[in-house]
Amino acid sequence: MPKVLRVVDRRRCIGCLSCRQACARLRGDYSPSNAALDVKTAGGMSGEFIITICMACEDPACMEACKFGALTKRSGGGVVFRKDKCTKCGACARACSVSAIRMDKEGYPIICTHCGYCTRYCPHRCIATKEV
Amino acid sequence: MLHKDFIRVLYIDLTKEEYRFEERRDLFKYLGGTGVAAKLLEENIKPELDPLDPAQPIVFANGPLSFVMPVCTKVVATFYSPHTREYGESHAGGRLAMAMRFNNIDAIVITGRAKHPEYLVIDDKVLFKDARAMWGLSVEDTGKILRQHTSGSGIRSSMRIGRSGENLVSYAGVNVDTYRHFGRLGLGAVFGSKLLKGIVIIGDEPVKIPKENMKKYREVYDSIYDTVTKTDVMEKYHAVGTSINVLPLNEMNALPSLNLQTTRYEYAENISGERFAKEVLVRKVACSGCQIGCIHIGQFRREFDDGYEYETVNVSYDHELVFALGSFVGLKNPEEVLQLIDVVEREGLDAISTGVALGWATEAYKRGIITIDDTLMPFEFGVLPNYMAAVHYIATGKNEFYKALGRGVDYASKKYGGQDFACHLGGNEMPGYHTGYGSVVGFSVGSRHSHLDNAGYSIDQARTREEDIVKKIFEEELERNILTSLVICLFARKVYNRDTIIKALDAVGITLTNAELTEIAKEILRTKYRIKEKLGYSLDQIKVPKRFFKTITLNGKLDEEKANNMIKEYKAMIDELMK
Ligand code: SF4
Ligand code: SF4
Ligand code: SF4
Repeated sequence: MPKVLRVVDRRRCIGCLSCRQACARLRGDYSPSNAALDVKTAGGMSGEFIITICMACEDPACMEACKFGALTKRSGGGVVFRKDKCTKCGACARACSVSAIRMDKEGYPIICTHCGYCTRYCPHRCIATKEV
Repeated sequence: MLHKDFIRVLYIDLTKEEYRFEERRDLFKYLGGTGVAAKLLEENIKPELDPLDPAQPIVFANGPLSFVMPVCTKVVATFYSPHTREYGESHAGGRLAMAMRFNNIDAIVITGRAKHPEYLVIDDKVLFKDARAMWGLSVEDTGKILRQHTSGSGIRSSMRIGRSGENLVSYAGVNVDTYRHFGRLGLGAVFGSKLLKGIVIIGDEPVKIPKENMKKYREVYDSIYDTVTKTDVMEKYHAVGTSINVLPLNEMNALPSLNLQTTRYEYAENISGERFAKEVLVRKVACSGCQIGCIHIGQFRREFDDGYEYETVNVSYDHELVFALGSFVGLKNPEEVLQLIDVVEREGLDAISTGVALGWATEAYKRGIITIDDTLMPFEFGVLPNYMAAVHYIATGKNEFYKALGRGVDYASKKYGGQDFACHLGGNEMPGYHTGYGSVVGFSVGSRHSHLDNAGYSIDQARTREEDIVKKIFEEELERNILTSLVICLFARKVYNRDTIIKALDAVGITLTNAELTEIAKEILRTKYRIKEKLGYSLDQIKVPKRFFKTITLNGKLDEEKANNMIKEYKAMIDELMK
């Protein structure tokens, strides 16, 4: 069964960024800006945390927007990214209605693979993978 | 620093509105944090000038492990303290260490004075931005404006001062990301003297993990992560938080209350950590890179107008705040304490010094040393509204008395009298422990007069034999220079023993032995004492106010002569170190 990443309970989030750090680590980087998921506050630290992840759409807008075939359908939801086809145009990021795609410093989109690595580092189990 | 053999220092000149970077190989041996910041202070301080002279530097430094290892979350600031008029060092968490790391900045040195109020945005460039419209605004309102006008939500850090910093109150702090502070020793006033309202740093640069380090890095990270999250080494900081200490300290006769007239507080139960958790705690948050989340946020309702006009206010609390703005001034329930914390936060004052100042003022008022002509209203332990007004008066320097109180209890008591019960040690207001010789001597001799310099209070609680106390203080003071140079949150000190530190450094490409680390710790402590000497400080000058000997501690009443001898003993150890 394919798995997808889900937010279980964002209210438990303490904003530690361990999840972002984990995803970046997987990509060979220390910097949370290099992660496929995002944790932000609404209105500074006194506001609530918002965890933005790829929603694993069945009918992905990003894929539709990519005119170069760099994004293909992933079984279970979401997309698979093929770097060799990507032209760094950014259309995918603009098309995502929840802004789950950010571009890295080289200009490529950071696409979640739903691997679940980040979930192992959330001390409060705010995120998890679910079988679909 | 991280996979480099130099420290990348950003120098900012506010007068000329210029900045430059320097890659300092020679600083590498100071690790980062305390070590690097002390060294940069030594290089840039102007001992012959006033602490608030524009030429004086503000230094920040993070460390080689910042953000990349669990709970390495702090940044160290060093400056010439306008409060104690000697070596100033303060630590803060939040997102700052991370933002510096991913902006490729290991240290910052700020000198000069802006032509009018300004704030800095440090992104790809350093921008000098007009802050005239923000001058006079609270910490909270300034934070909102800074957020609205900069990018990088989630990976940026925002520092700012309130009115107390603008008005050069000598214990004004700098707020970092709403819930953390460079609280102690007056960094806020140094910001104010430079017309610097705030600094925003955006950390969105990638920093590659070298392929050859990846495996080791992951292993070490995982093992530290497991210790932090799966053992109970740090549990107390997350659950009830540090205010779990209120009740046990009270039981031990160690909770400073009512201006240290007593260490047993009648209402301790009412303001215990457990009570806060039950009644006002709404959530917990963490510094970036910390899995614990010790920041406890309490909430209360504030009526801002007639006709049931309410707003909800969130403020963070911990043991030090509950003591200083609770037991020390006789407040009796969590909501009252939160209300007082809130005004202190908005004005941007150091909470400990403010509470201790209010405690002293209350006793001085009762004894007739100061009168209503000075205070403009009566002071009474436990009466909140006047304390709230007094906080605003301190922040704005309402009259001569409040201006004096805004320089701390040492200064105010020298001017008005009441030195015997002015609860400071080395010019800095006391922290929330009166446990014995360890706390009194440790705080007095601590290099920045912080209870965290050497944790004398825990040496007392371990019931250390009297003849061993000074040695323990000295050893702990040395060891903490390593922790605060890396810069590990001191709450994780039990996680980061020497073995773990050596492994963690090795995983990021820094090879050091135990002996080398010890030597570095010594050199850092020497650096601090060289600065202190330059500023005319000597351990001989320490005079512990009488109140510390009158009020019982966990280890009974303390003897003045014994305490003084211990300070002498410590001085001999420092003299030996300096040889
Ligand atoms: S950035 Fe790459 S993946 Fe995204 S739409 Fe453009 S070509 Fe496709
Ligand atoms: S599931 Fe994998 S790719 Fe997606 S955010 Fe988590 S670690 Fe990154
Ligand atoms: S690891 Fe969990 S608690 Fe930490 S920021 Fe991510 S979702 Fe929030």
